[in-house]
Amino acid sequence: MTADPWHLYGLMLRSRLLEEATARLWEDGLISGELHLGTGEEAVIAGIVSHLRDGDAMALDHRGTSALLMRGADPGLILREMLGLPGGLCGGNGGHMHLFARDLLTASSGIVGAGGPMGVGFALAAEMLRPGSVAVAFFGEGAMNQGMMMESLNLAAVWKLPVLFACKDDGWSITTPSAAMTAGNLDERARSLGVPAVVVDGLDAVAVWQAAQRAIERARSGAGPTFLHARCVHLEGHFLGFALTRLIRDPLREGPGMAGPLARSLLQPGGAPGQRWQGVKTVAAAVLATLRDPRRDARNDPVARLRAQLTDPARLHDLEEDAGREVVEAVAAAVPEVAR
Amino acid sequence: MRTMTFGRAADDALGQAMAADPRVIVMGEDVPLLRRELLVRFGPKRVRGTPISETAFLGAGVAAAMAGLRPVVEVSMADFLGVGMDSLLNHAAKVAAFSGGRWTAPVVIRVPCGGGYGDGGQHEQSLWGWLAHLPGLAVVVPSTPADAGGLMLAAISDDGPVIFMEHKLLSETWLEFLGSGGRTTVSYDVPAQGRTGEVPRTWAPVPIGAAVLRRSGTDVSIVGVGVSVHRALAAAEILQNQGISAAVLDLRTISPLDEAAIHDTVSGTHRLLVVDEDYGGFGLSGEVAAVALEAGASFTYARVCTRSTIPYAREREDRELPNEQRIRAAAEGLVRS
Repeated sequence: MTADPWHLYGLMLRSRLLEEATARLWEDGLISGELHLGTGEEAVIAGIVSHLRDGDAMALDHRGTSALLMRGADPGLILREMLGLPGGLCGGNGGHMHLFARDLLTASSGIVGAGGPMGVGFALAAEMLRPGSVAVAFFGEGAMNQGMMMESLNLAAVWKLPVLFACKDDGWSITTPSAAMTAGNLDERARSLGVPAVVVDGLDAVAVWQAAQRAIERARSGAGPTFLHARCVHLEGHFLGFALTRLIRDPLREGPGMAGPLARSLLQPGGAPGQRWQGVKTVAAAVLATLRDPRRDARNDPVARLRAQLTDPARLHDLEEDAGREVVEAVAAAVPEVAR
Repeated sequence: MRTMTFGRAADDALGQAMAADPRVIVMGEDVPLLRRELLVRFGPKRVRGTPISETAFLGAGVAAAMAGLRPVVEVSMADFLGVGMDSLLNHAAKVAAFSGGRWTAPVVIRVPCGGGYGDGGQHEQSLWGWLAHLPGLAVVVPSTPADAGGLMLAAISDDGPVIFMEHKLLSETWLEFLGSGGRTTVSYDVPAQGRTGEVPRTWAPVPIGAAVLRRSGTDVSIVGVGVSVHRALAAAEILQNQGISAAVLDLRTISPLDEAAIHDTVSGTHRLLVVDEDYGGFGLSGEVAAVALEAGASFTYARVCTRSTIPYAREREDRELPNEQRIRAAAEGLVRS
């Protein structure tokens, strides 16, 4: 089998559009608390998730929207969950950090490193109950400094469990550069525990797909775990409105007074809530315009990078229009429920 | 007197302690940015960022304290203490007991706690009951800037391990970091008296284990900590208009409890209402009733607590966390029964 770049691009673009739409809703105050976007890691997610099938499991971190969407979860359910609606994926109980989809054997955790043990447990159940199935644990390189992650690599290795440890390495442990906090080499760390380590360019969806194919086949065949180390960038940093990024940029202005008066109530956001989704149309159009802009340097954006390799303009246009419409329609259907 | 915000008060007192004692160090997640003012003042040897390795740096903080330092160890959220809990459960809390009092671990664990800003059930827990359950750990929960600084100083001076819990709705730094992210499109129900207030020119310790009566009253005693104190005060104001005189006792310290203060107020009103943002079962709310009964008080009792995992949905979260309406209804119920 070879990678289908069109399929990968479709997954990645839908994810990008959905996450940009949620960013807009967060800015508008319809999503409370933190919001961690996966924009920039879509190639890693798509390259891995597109190998998964019924019976496979995923352990997600606090940044799991993209993986869940690409795995087949309904974007409308995800959106409603983020909006805290009763019709959300988890009835509005979990929010974006705690997304659970039992039918997809997918669970999330906001505890850094928790995906390690979860992936091992899902793999154990796969081995015993669903032979040939695998588990994927997604986490960042910051999580590699959690004891539970190293314990999980060891346990998966000694039990030869069918798990793929997918390390999305953006170089930042929340607000701290990981290099300053990480001794040695993560790949050697995994190898020293008997887990083969594969390094791949996390901005290259096809390369990730190829590496993941080998690792997942190895797991399905009973040969044990793999550590897949994919470097990527998070286009929005650790989370949206990253206060500390603003502090670094302009500490005098953004310092103590940054919080400012919190002007409008979340549930009475003012303006015209029913029209809010209209803004998303603009956002979707802007994302597509950016991707289509030939002057843009695509090297750091995995979505743009893959797009540059697609050579059938008519097919591309149709795919993008469809993806944009799907996301806009999903938002348009979900957001008015907030005002009820 | 000066006026200061809650988080700044805690940092200011910490700075005073660091200036006075070179053994006081700060370490933890995101510390180089969160405590950048201390970093500039005291340098990277005394203000240290850590990897996301709660097991290692909590345990190391406990041992460093045993060996002579006075570490203030920061964990991003109370919820994340679970990852490094062994160092508190089996080590910090046990050193004095195992050594027959010959050795202690004077470590401060500084953790943001609490909800009300829509971060979901794994990032908004209070958990002080869970910590205070362990003999050997002191747990403080300030509700005002003055107490944030005073209790920080007391925690650092204390010869045993102290968990300093900083409510995220009161701390402007944390609420901005996690709740608003620079947005003006969200607002949370922040108690003004808890967020900003008068503080002394020079910090003096607020004694650990000393409650303070925030409001006198004769009909019912409302007892709580942190944000719940402010919710109780707001409820008491309205109850007053209905002819119900409610006392509000701010415990300030969960462990050790100020049993005398609890007994005093309950003996006057014979009605006890505990307001606790932590879970209701097996926690502070039951403990307060138990110590009052053990002290011989006679009273009727009700509690307003968090009953389940905190839902993400904002409206439901506000109903789940103790709020002024629930407190009022419970107080009315007690007085009328």
